[in-house]
Order: sequence, then structure tokens, then C-alpha cells
Amino acid sequence: MKTTDSIQKDIINNFQTLDDDFEMILNYLIELGENLDEYDEKDKLETNLIKGCQSKVWLSYKIKNDKLIFSGESNTSITKGLLSLLIKVFSNQSPDEIIKTKLFFINKTGLCRFIGTQRSNGLESMENKFKIIALANKKTNE
Amino acid sequence: MKFYLQKLNPTLMNVKSFNLIEIRNQFPILNKKINNNQLVYFDNAATTQKPKKVIEAINEYYSEYNANIHRGIHTLAEKATLEYEKTRKSVAEFINSRSEKEVIFTRGTTEGINLIASSFVKHFLKKEDEIIISEMEHHSNIVPWQMICEENGIILKTINVLENGEIDLNNFKKLITNKTKFLSIVHTSNTLGTINPIKEMIEICKKSNVFTMVDGAQASAHSRIDVQDLNCDFFVLSAHKMYGPTGVGVVYGKEEILEKMPPYMGGGEMIKEVNFQKTTYNELPYKFEAGTPNIGDVIGFNKALSFINDIGFNNILSYEKELKDYALNSFNKIPGIKILGNSKNKIGIFSFTVDKIHYYDLGLLLDSKGIAIRTGHHCTQPLMEKFNLDGTARVSLAIYNTKNEIDYFVEKLKKLIN
Repeated sequence: MKTTDSIQKDIINNFQTLDDDFEMILNYLIELGENLDEYDEKDKLETNLIKGCQSKVWLSYKIKNDKLIFSGESNTSITKGLLSLLIKVFSNQSPDEIIKTKLFFINKTGLCRFIGTQRSNGLESMENKFKIIALANKKTNE
Repeated sequence: MKFYLQKLNPTLMNVKSFNLIEIRNQFPILNKKINNNQLVYFDNAATTQKPKKVIEAINEYYSEYNANIHRGIHTLAEKATLEYEKTRKSVAEFINSRSEKEVIFTRGTTEGINLIASSFVKHFLKKEDEIIISEMEHHSNIVPWQMICEENGIILKTINVLENGEIDLNNFKKLITNKTKFLSIVHTSNTLGTINPIKEMIEICKKSNVFTMVDGAQASAHSRIDVQDLNCDFFVLSAHKMYGPTGVGVVYGKEEILEKMPPYMGGGEMIKEVNFQKTTYNELPYKFEAGTPNIGDVIGFNKALSFINDIGFNNILSYEKELKDYALNSFNKIPGIKILGNSKNKIGIFSFTVDKIHYYDLGLLLDSKGIAIRTGHHCTQPLMEKFNLDGTARVSLAIYNTKNEIDYFVEKLKKLIN
């Protein structure tokens, strides 16, 4: 099983082939979003909603063998691509691994220069939501 | 992409003071490449770009005569004070106020509205009085009133906006009661582009002794403003939407009203004499300008006003109308586009949605082609809600935009839709 850090390194490698070209990055993100597993319409609940300034994101999860499996959806194609990257990093990981993960891929890909600092896509809220879910499902050592 | 005077009204070409290439050449940023494409700046309702002479004036102030104003006796202070006060004189002429005492510098329109809410409305309205605003207001012309109303038991009423994006005047007339004391209304909507029938609304208010404030943030660079002709009690604007620097705004108020109002903030500059028993306040307009103001940017604003004056409103109005009509005609041919706000009396602001593409995606994809537009709710959430939208894309034009840029935008947008 890959760690969240090694998954992030894979993402960085993939983005390097795009030469920092904004249009290619956007199209790649849109493609990634399109490849995300279909999100169950009945999971589009208020409790699963992350409100960004300009886009909506839904995130839900299930637990399998003590690992969190995430699924998500967004009403905008580019945010959905960003979400798919976060799902790639955090899905199939233990709550502990998710909590201790520091997201560095945003800064190391061209993403940060273009959309990493904008509050409009709610990137920070998305990261927080993954971590809150992980915290809520963390096993206490008693 | 080349910018030239294509398809321009021939009468415009004859006006010697108006040359689009010369105007564009005054804006260094317009030559920039964004994501390997020539910048097409269509976000002028958010802020306009700045001509060289504004940038140079600010630079000159800090390089040549930076000093605090009104108090110093040395040469630099004298020069800085002189230049700062020159801007006040230019503003007074620009909006045709009776005197420079009626021109108060603020940080921007938002601060201006808060000043009026705090120093006028709070002191001269009482419990159960009514304030009227409209459904098309920017958040900055909603929230200060909500705060004052909540604090003082004043009632806030809103005028309906019609489907075509115009004010419902009949509804407005019905809203006025003997409790109505204040109208705060946007001159030109930042989302719809609609130019409101301000003068008519103020006349109606005057008959019922209702005080009036006009939010001129979006209007001041695109419509001729004459506060005496409008007969409004207050008018607010922001320099940065008029080719000037950020962090500078103006409150115009009728002198007799400003005289009666208490200061907005306490501090240096706004006082005549301070002792621990009683402080006497400075005279107008300094009573409302506590603390060291944004000297350099106020000085820069003077050059923005002269940029506008040099072109002249005859030229501005006719060219911007021509550009707006051209844009509207081109946009209407794009399949799947819906434009919000279809008043005949509007400026070149086009809020729109496109079938199947979210405005956020649209904004980023166009940015990759060098086109800067605004996306989102444009700080008018109640208006968005009324039209069942959570946001739109918005193109907003200014004097330096061209038909070529509109063609380029339309071509790229069509490609995205296909």
C-alpha cells in the first residue's frame, strides 16, 4: 500500500509532463474529474456538502478494513479534478495516515501558481473535510 | 492581436482628443502576456487598470515630496498638502459639488457608505423609521444598513427588480410611507449594468422629505455625474474603478447636512482643539478625515480624473455605447448564452451563464487564453437568489477595450461551448 507521500510524488511527476502550461493543466484536471467514479445522487446531502465561494463539492466515505474510502462530486469540472487528486491521496488510507499527511503536491505542481491560493475553489475547506472525517473515525488507544 | 480603430463610428474618428491607440498606450499592463496570450482585461467593474500618469504621480510623491499633510511647515509638507488638496478641487469639479468642503476622502465606497450610516442615519433616524434600498444593491450597500437597522430598531425595505433588470418604480413609490427617511440606491448595477432612474427617484424622495444617498462606484467612470443636478444628499465613489489607485474613495454630502453630522472616527487631523474636558472638532471636510490619509494615492487619483477629463464624457459615452452595442450584438449570437439584465439603459456590463459550463470553469478556461473576467455572485447574493442563480460569469468593459478584444473573446467562448 502506497503512503500518501508517495502518491503525492506520483502526482507531481504526472504534472511535470504538462510543462506548467495552464491550459494543459486545466484540461488534465477536467479529465481527472471525468474519470472519478460516479457519485451516488442520494449522497448529495447537505451534511456531505463543502461550500466553496464559487463551487459545490460533496464528499462521502465508507470504511473498509480500517481504511477510509472516499467518493466525491462537484458541480464544476475543474474543482472536480482537484477533488479527484485529494481523493487519490487520501482514499484507502487509515485515519492516522490522513491526519498526519501534509499536502505538498499543490505547491510542487503548477497548480499552486494558478489555483492553489484562490479561496474560490475551496481547496482548504476540502482538505479540512478529509481531515475532519479522519479525526471522527480515528481509533482511540484505550 | 492588433488593436486599431476598426468599425468605429466615423464621427468619433474626427474627434481629435480621442484616439484608442493613444489611450491604450497609456496603460502599461495592457501589453502584458497572460498565459502566453495577449491580456484581454474584461474585469473593469471589479477594478480598472491604471494609466502611466497615475502610477508616475504616486511614484513621484514618494520619490520627491513624501511628507505628512496639513500640519508640517516645511517645504515637503507644503508641496504634499498642495497636491493632496488639488485632488479635492478636481473631485469637486468632476462631480460639480458647490464647494470643496463637500468632498471627503475615504478608503473607498464601502467606507463611505459606513460613514453615512454611522454619522448620519444613526443620529438622525429614530426607531421605526424606514430606509429603502433595492434588490440590486452590492453587499456594501446592504450590510451597513442592516447593521444600523438592527442596532436602532429601524426598518429596512427593498425595491423589487424587474425581470429585465430594471428597478420597479411603481413598487418604489408604494414603499414610501411617512416613516420613510432615507433612500440608498445604486446608480449603476455592478451585476446587471442597469443605469437606474436616479434623478427621478430623488425627485420622488424630495417630495416626501426622504434623504438620499447614491452609490456611484460603478457609474463614475462611465456616466457624467452632477451632484447638484441629481440633488442627492450624498454620493459615494471609489477611485480604483475610475482608473485611479485602490484605497481612495469619496463621500460627497451637502454642506448643511455634513455640518450637522458628528465625526465618523476620532483621532488626529479631525480636531480643532483637544483637552480632557472637551474636544472641539475641525471644520469641513477635515472633521471626517481622522488620521493620516492615503496621501500618495489621493494625489494619484487627481491624474485619473485628468485622464477621464482629457478624453471627455462626450467621447466616453459615445465610444462606450458603441462598444456595448457591439458586444451585445456579438454575445446574442452565441448559442446557449443567457444574459442577465437586459435594460436598454445600461453600461457595458454583461453577466451571463452558458448551458453546460459552470461559470467557475469558464473563468479559468478563458484565463488560460489571457482573458480576465469575473465569476461568482459579484457581491450581490440577494439579486442572484432572485434570479435563481448562484453566480454568473461577467464581462465588464472600459474605455480602453476594443471590438477586436470582443471578437477574440467570442471566438474563444464559442470554442469552449463546442
